[in-house]
Amino acid sequence: MSLYNLQKFLYELNRDESIQANYSENIDTLIAGYSLTDEEINALKEGDIGLLYVLGVNGQILMHYAALLGIEWFDYLEMMREGVRIHGPVRDGVYAMTGGGESFTNEEKER
Amino acid sequence: MSLVYSGVLSHAPGITGRAHLVDNIEKRDEFYAALDNQKTEILATGAEAIVVIAAEHFANFFMNNMPAYCIGISENYEGPIEDPEWLGIQKTKIPGAPNLGKRLTKNIMQTVDVAYSEEWKFDHGIMVPLNFLTPKYDLPVIPVNINCQGPPLTPLHRAWAFGEALRRACDEAPEKIALVGTGGISHWPATPDSGKINEAWDREFLGHLMRNDKDALLNYSDEETYNDAGQGGFEIRTFITAAAAAQGNGELQFYTAELPIFAVGCTVARFEIK
Repeated sequence: MSLYNLQKFLYELNRDESIQANYSENIDTLIAGYSLTDEEINALKEGDIGLLYVLGVNGQILMHYAALLGIEWFDYLEMMREGVRIHGPVRDGVYAMTGGGESFTNEEKER
Repeated sequence: MSLVYSGVLSHAPGITGRAHLVDNIEKRDEFYAALDNQKTEILATGAEAIVVIAAEHFANFFMNNMPAYCIGISENYEGPIEDPEWLGIQKTKIPGAPNLGKRLTKNIMQTVDVAYSEEWKFDHGIMVPLNFLTPKYDLPVIPVNINCQGPPLTPLHRAWAFGEALRRACDEAPEKIALVGTGGISHWPATPDSGKINEAWDREFLGHLMRNDKDALLNYSDEETYNDAGQGGFEIRTFITAAAAAQGNGELQFYTAELPIFAVGCTVARFEIK
């Protein structure tokens, strides 16, 4: 249920500009209505894409959230890989990493 | 009048948002030309509205109330919900077709229990196709969502039935209506595997799709699709619905696995309306 709440908060944030406008200043107030674990709260406060990925946040929700935070595409991919390196495999959902974290594009390899 | 066009195209956000990162410029521009040709073909039909069958990505629907199928019946829409710079598409208003949308919905309900909504924020799943097919946003849009994100998902044979219902509803309306299914085939979007494409799987699926081979198209299980085509492969539902609406064979006008930076095998095809 906790992952559900975490995803629901991000879903509301991603689609509502009025929530986005107050996000960084008022995050404590904004998440107060959601039942979240300390790990989830810290991940949100830190904008920890890697941990949020490992916790099982749906990839589409996470991708839109990363865009909202202004994270560049290749950095976003690397943050997810780093999350798996630190915290282990994705714990829930259908967006698990299937391989060893290699890149599938020349554009990223050439960076 | 009737359904005057049915086709499919990819909708991945990288198609617009990562255009500047592409190494293979020639292939990218070939893809864009195929999309531009699709726009021209749709315009040539005299379509008065376009139905966009999309796989929504948590812009409107969440697991507190997730419809298997939903039709938009609003006067207008807004999008994209994503950061405009990230997607490469500016926020805008898009005209709807509420009267036609309600008539289609009522007709479809004869055989499929479709939900409807008077509120809808478009994400890349609809905005990327519109960016190419109606770049001035001057063609009324009827958005349609099939849940391809939050399992349990609607069975493929129901996606087919939904396509048949859409066809019947379009044919009983006086307007000329175009329809596109947008989604990916095999892909692992929004994961570290982004860019992974199972080209052999894609080409086999597209073969079934272009032959409009109902039995073969409905023979995929979600387990097999997940293993072979990733979670993004669940979006084949939108392509299957477009095929069921058309009932005729397809022509694959463009496919490439050579643009993995777009995170999908880029596809453009049209069906014969039969």
